[in-house]
Amino acid sequence: MPAMPTKTPAAKTTPKTAPAADPYKKLGAAKLLKIHELMVRARLLEERLIKMSKGGDGFFWIGGPGEEAFNVPLGLQIKKGHGVNFDFLHLHYRSAAIVMSMGAAPIDALRQMRSVGTDPYSKGRNFVNHYAIPELNVVPVSPTIETQYSTAIGTGIAQARAKTDAITVVNGGDAGTAEGDFHSCLVWANRPALPLPILIVVVNNGWGISTEMKTQHGERNISDWAKVFPDMPGKTINGNDVIESWAALEEAFAYIRKNRKPYLLEARCSRLYGHSSSSGANRIPETDCIDLLEKAMAQRGLAKAADFKKIWDKEAAALDAAHKQVKAEPFPAVETVWEDVFADGLPPSYPTKGGS
Amino acid sequence: MANMAQAIRMALHYGEQNLGVTEIFGEDVGPPLGGVFTATQGLKTAWNAPLDERGIIGAALGLAWAGGRPVAEIQFVDYIFNVIDMLKLAANGHWSSGGRYKTPMVVMTPTGSGIHGSMYHSHSFDSIASKLHGMKVVCPSTPIDAYGLMIAAIKSDDPVLFLKPKALLRSKGEELIPGEPADEKLLHEMIDAPLGDRTKWKAKWPKLSDYTVEIGKAKISHPGSDATIVTHGRMAPLCLELARRFAAEGRGSVEVIDLRSLIPYDWDAIKTSLKKTGRIIFINEETEITNFAEHLIRRLVDECFYELKVRPRLLAGKATPGIALSPNLEYFIQPQAKDVERAVSELLADPA
Repeated sequence: MPAMPTKTPAAKTTPKTAPAADPYKKLGAAKLLKIHELMVRARLLEERLIKMSKGGDGFFWIGGPGEEAFNVPLGLQIKKGHGVNFDFLHLHYRSAAIVMSMGAAPIDALRQMRSVGTDPYSKGRNFVNHYAIPELNVVPVSPTIETQYSTAIGTGIAQARAKTDAITVVNGGDAGTAEGDFHSCLVWANRPALPLPILIVVVNNGWGISTEMKTQHGERNISDWAKVFPDMPGKTINGNDVIESWAALEEAFAYIRKNRKPYLLEARCSRLYGHSSSSGANRIPETDCIDLLEKAMAQRGLAKAADFKKIWDKEAAALDAAHKQVKAEPFPAVETVWEDVFADGLPPSYPTKGGS
Repeated sequence: MANMAQAIRMALHYGEQNLGVTEIFGEDVGPPLGGVFTATQGLKTAWNAPLDERGIIGAALGLAWAGGRPVAEIQFVDYIFNVIDMLKLAANGHWSSGGRYKTPMVVMTPTGSGIHGSMYHSHSFDSIASKLHGMKVVCPSTPIDAYGLMIAAIKSDDPVLFLKPKALLRSKGEELIPGEPADEKLLHEMIDAPLGDRTKWKAKWPKLSDYTVEIGKAKISHPGSDATIVTHGRMAPLCLELARRFAAEGRGSVEVIDLRSLIPYDWDAIKTSLKKTGRIIFINEETEITNFAEHLIRRLVDECFYELKVRPRLLAGKATPGIALSPNLEYFIQPQAKDVERAVSELLADPA
C-alpha cells in the first residue's frame, strides 16, 4: 500500500532526515521490540475478547485488530497525563492498541467485556473497548459514530487558550467521515478566530460495517479534505507499516505542538476480524502488520524468531492469568444503576420503580 | 426591574467573575449582537461560533471534560433537534463512565411560543428534554429565578439545560436581583448595548451577589387551598395572574406551583399541595401526546389516588406538527389565558 501524500507542512517545519539511513535501524531494536510487544499485547487482547464474546463470557465485541502498526506509535507519542497540559484523546472502539501503549491494563478490558462490577471504565454498563480514563485524558468513548470529532473541538479550545504544547487527538474510521461531526471538526479546527491544536486521525480500513468505502465515497483520499484549509496539512499513509506510521505521527505531532494548528492524517489499515460480532468476528486474509514488522526486523537482524515467540508467550500467559482473575470477580449489584445518574447523587423523590 | 434577558446576562457576568466561566458561546452570542435576545451582551468571554449546533454542543462537552464550566447556546430550541444524540452524550457521560467524568456544562436555549415564531421559532422541548436522563432541566418564569437558576446551573457538576421562555425574556419581575440598581433606566444605561456602533462600548456591571435557586426546588408562587396548578415557563405568569384574580373575585383559592426545575422535579411540593387541595391541573405549552406532565399525573394516580377528589387534568398544546403563524391558529394551538381560566374553572367546579 503506497503512501499517498496530499499536502505536507511547509519545508521549514519538516524534520530533516538522512535519506540513506535505514529507518528500522534508526528507530533501533529496543524501540522496535517495545512497539512489537505492545502490538502483540493489543492483538492478543482483541483475540481474547473475541473468544470471550463467542464463549458466553461477555456479549458484543467490537475492536481494532489490524490497526496496531499505527495505533501503537500513536499511543507512544502521546504526552501522557491529566489536564490541559497533557494530550487529550477522543477515541473510538478500535483504539485498544492506543490505550495499551499508554499503559492501560489489559485486565480492565476483560472486565468491561465480562461486564463485571470491577470494570473501571463503565461499571459494567458499556460495551468493551469503551474507555474512560481521566488520569490519561482519555475521554469517554461512545458507541455513536463520529461524535468524538465534535467533542474534540472542546478540549482543542481549552488547549488553544492554555500556554502549553499539549494537543488533542481524535481518532475514528473512514465510514464515519460521512457524518457532519467530521466536517464540524475540520471547520472548527480551522476557524481563523481560534485555530485548534488537533491531530485529526482517520483510520481507513476500507469498510463501513459491511459496506465498501469505495461504493459510498468519491474522495481519492480522505486527507484531501485538508486541501481547502490553507493551514492544515493532510497526509495519507500506509498504517500497516510501523516505520511509516511512526514518522508520519512524529511529523504531525511536531507540527501541531509547535504551530498550534490542526493536522489531518489518514492511515490505511487492515481490518483483520471484520466489523464486530455482528459480522462474525472471524479472521480475514488481509495484511497482518505484526507479521510485516517481524519479517522486517528479522531481515535486518534486529530480532530473531525466538525473541518474538518469547513476547507472544509472555503476553498470552499474562492474559490467561488476567482472564482467570476476571472470571472470579462479581457482577455489579443492581442497586448500582442509581449511582452516577447525577454527580451530586439521586434526589430522594426520583422515580426508581420503573412504573406503577 | 431587570427583565429576564438582563437577569440572565447578569448571572453570566457573575459566573465569569466568580464561578470560573471562561467560555460563553453560540450563534451570534458574542459582539456585536450579544445574542438574538441580548442575553449575552457585554460579557467578556462571549464569542461567536460557526452556525453548527453539533459543534457547539461538542465543544461544550469537550470544554467540560477539560475542566471548564462552559455555557453554550442553541439559538432557538427549534434548532436543537439535530443535536439530541450529543445531548444524550452529555447526559449519560457521568453514568456511562462509571462516575469518572463529570460534565459541568450549561446549554441555554430560548423555548416555547408567544412571539409569532411560526414553525421553527415556537417549539417546546420540555418533554424530550425530560427523557435525557442524567441532564438537569430548568425553566424560569421570572427574572430573579432566571438569575438564581443560571447561577445554580453554572455551579452544577451535571449538564444543565436552561430553557429560556422566549415570550418572557422581555418581561420584568417583582423582585430586585441582589445588586441590581432600583432605577431601571440606570440599569439600561449600564448593561444594554447602544444601537449603532458598539465597537467601543463596554458594559458597566453592578456589584452583583450570589443568589442560587436550588435545582429541583419548585416555588409556590401563589398559595391556595381549593385547587393546585402545576406549571412552568411561559404559562406560569398566566396562572399566577389567574390565581390572584380568582382570589380577588372570590372564585376560588388556587395554589400555583412554579416548577422551575423539570428534572429533577419537586415531587414533594406537588404531593403536598395535592393532599391539601385534592384538585390538580398541570399546565404547560408542550403538546399533549406524551407530555411531561402525563408522567406526573400517572405518578399521582399511583401514589395519591385516594387524595384526588376529582380527576387530574392537563392543559397543554395541541398535537399539531408545528405552531402556525397566523395568530388565530397559534392561539388555538397553544394554551392562552382564556384557556387557563376555562380549565381551572372546570377543575374547581368538578363534582367530587
